[in-house]
Amino acid sequence: MIDFELTPEQQAGIEAAHEAAEELFRPVSRYYDEHEHESPEELIDNIWKRRGEGLFDLGMDAVAAFRIEELCWGDAGLFLCIPGPGLGGAAIFASGTKEQLQRFLGSFNEGEPKWGAMAMTEPACGSDTSAISASAADDGSGWVLNGEKIFVTWGKRAAENPGGLVVVWATVDKSAGRAGMKSFVVPAGTPGMRVEKLEKKLGIRASDTATLIFDNCRIPFENILGSPEVKKVDKPQTKGFKGAMATFDATRPIVAAMALGVGRAALDFVEEALDKEGISIRYGLPKQKLTGLERDVIEMEANYKAAKLLTLRALWMMSQFQPNNLEASMAKAKAGLAVTKITQKAVEIMGPLGYSRKYLLEKWMRDAKINDIFEGTGQINMLIVARRILDYSRDQLK
Amino acid sequence: MISFSPTEEQKMIVSMARQFANDEMRKIYRECDENGSTPDTVIDTAWKMGFVSSSIPEDYGACGGEHSAITGSLIAEELAWGDLSMTMHILCPALFAYPILGMSPETQKKKYLPLFCTEKYKGATAALIEPRFGFDPYSLSTIAQPDGSQYALNGEKCYVPLAAQADLFLVYARENGSSQGFIIEKNTKGLEVGEREKNMGIRALATYEISLKDCRIPKENRLGGEKGCDFNHIMNRSQVALSAMAVGVAKAALEYSKDYAKERVAFGQPIASRQAIAFMLAEMAIEVDATRLMTWEAAWKLDRKEDATKEASLVKAYADDMVVMVSDRAVQILGGHGYVREHPVELWLRNGRGFVTFDGMAIV
Repeated sequence: MIDFELTPEQQAGIEAAHEAAEELFRPVSRYYDEHEHESPEELIDNIWKRRGEGLFDLGMDAVAAFRIEELCWGDAGLFLCIPGPGLGGAAIFASGTKEQLQRFLGSFNEGEPKWGAMAMTEPACGSDTSAISASAADDGSGWVLNGEKIFVTWGKRAAENPGGLVVVWATVDKSAGRAGMKSFVVPAGTPGMRVEKLEKKLGIRASDTATLIFDNCRIPFENILGSPEVKKVDKPQTKGFKGAMATFDATRPIVAAMALGVGRAALDFVEEALDKEGISIRYGLPKQKLTGLERDVIEMEANYKAAKLLTLRALWMMSQFQPNNLEASMAKAKAGLAVTKITQKAVEIMGPLGYSRKYLLEKWMRDAKINDIFEGTGQINMLIVARRILDYSRDQLK
Repeated sequence: MISFSPTEEQKMIVSMARQFANDEMRKIYRECDENGSTPDTVIDTAWKMGFVSSSIPEDYGACGGEHSAITGSLIAEELAWGDLSMTMHILCPALFAYPILGMSPETQKKKYLPLFCTEKYKGATAALIEPRFGFDPYSLSTIAQPDGSQYALNGEKCYVPLAAQADLFLVYARENGSSQGFIIEKNTKGLEVGEREKNMGIRALATYEISLKDCRIPKENRLGGEKGCDFNHIMNRSQVALSAMAVGVAKAALEYSKDYAKERVAFGQPIASRQAIAFMLAEMAIEVDATRLMTWEAAWKLDRKEDATKEASLVKAYADDMVVMVSDRAVQILGGHGYVREHPVELWLRNGRGFVTFDGMAIV
């Protein structure tokens, strides 16, 4: 049955996430935006202590979208500081064995805060992930990794804090193209892995985005995710590459949910300000009776809702074990673009209040933009949607 | 619990509607658009399938399904994918029957609903839109004035579907500042059906202007009796129905232009393999899906008997823009071929452009 109802428990969980975002994130939101690269230790301790409450777990169902949205309504950068296996965990879930799941993630919730990261992008390749040049060589006693990875979200925390891990994408045979591409789990503190630099960014400044260098970094054989074999077959797609792409089917709707939180924050800010001025949006009136402002807000609300429902569907399908590659990219493409536009319009509507750093709105506009970029740019996701609906291979539509 | 899966029963109805749209409507829609009419046999076949009567309870002689806005939206999308004019024609009697089903006292229900539960298509319609600039359903110019045991109605209406063959009219008029519905039987003195209108689209559907000049009806013909009607709710149901139909039209345009783009070769490759075309199609697909989900959410709220004003108006505004964007792009993708009447996309653009005007011309 088509249904949008949340159970009372789900509703309570979402409200608790909202309260946590308001209580933990909002008061320090501006501070960590203006003090980039300073780690919010107290906040992390607080979250770590409360980890049993389930508020900060990512989750892979439709309700998770609401929870993630609420947390990012609080602050999207600080959301990305929440300890957990993150994208690295998602990769292990997507292509690891049961034994690997247990070994790498089994004790993630114990002891001190830990982070997981995924290292894919390189200086010379971004969206074209099949062109990566970081290498993994079998030297008889394990894998030796060499290369440079950039734009690693959580990179510093994952690489340096004990118990953390980085999932690194590298090729075991460059000549094999996609077939040679494999992922490897590198535990935090492994010699040969180091943080080269931290990026200075437009937004989500509370989240560290690192460059990681792998210089003869040695890891055990059993840290490869999936099979080490390189199968040179006619079909260009292989399991290793598919593993990376399956990870995206899980993470893209989550990024869409994050985007929605930032968009909602901006919409709430605008609507509260209008409310104070005694302006309410007259839903239901014909277009020609509405003011320009009302039309703007209605357009923003409709786009927000469109993105939200696409996101809910993509996550719901995942929870039903239905393939969601198309729907995940639809949600991500729509949400990334929608919140970019919503926040920019909100700044415009609020005028001097929107542009001032006294309020958080200008920050949300900067934060929103990342959602149209990471986990696949809007254009890459459009390309995936196009290929899917046209039933085209990557060679038929580049 | 959140779910995006229709029930087994809904899936069955959808597949029946889809089959009818594909086997019957798609065969003749171009001809009907050119001729300005739909053969009665097609309408009668659709009527017998019960797209309208299945929402009416057994007590009134129908097969007695529940009246669900979600089911109605699913049907409306599938039929509109086949053809919008025919869909509005097939579902037109609901414009009269559903407001009575939803908000009339038993006397009105007993009097009118059984008329819609027979094998034969019942000509009935509703009149809301008025021929003037700045039309607003919430402040109508048509006036209903109480006078003793009667109402006197005065005003002009347009876009009244199938008025010339209707036995029953539900006319919306202003009474004491609010919009209310009034039941008028054909041949009532003062009710005059004017010329058939000539429209840009929905050309297979006959629509008319009607005028009311001191048209007198008994007081008990007020929709909902003494309590009157919840006009806002009727508008919400109409917006949801039209949004679902917009999704159907847009989906037709998306599919056709997608198939064309894969066939049409330019510079040695199908045009679909160029990003300029592929990205247009991707955006069209995303917006069609998003609008469908928004329609479902608004319909779900209606079925829960919650106020759906915000959801219904948001999806309608979104659908109005979406269907024009999608059908226009479909024409663009076909280029010159899209502009000629050998292909259907120009028809879908003409039909799609109408949604913003079609207030109250469909209901779930």
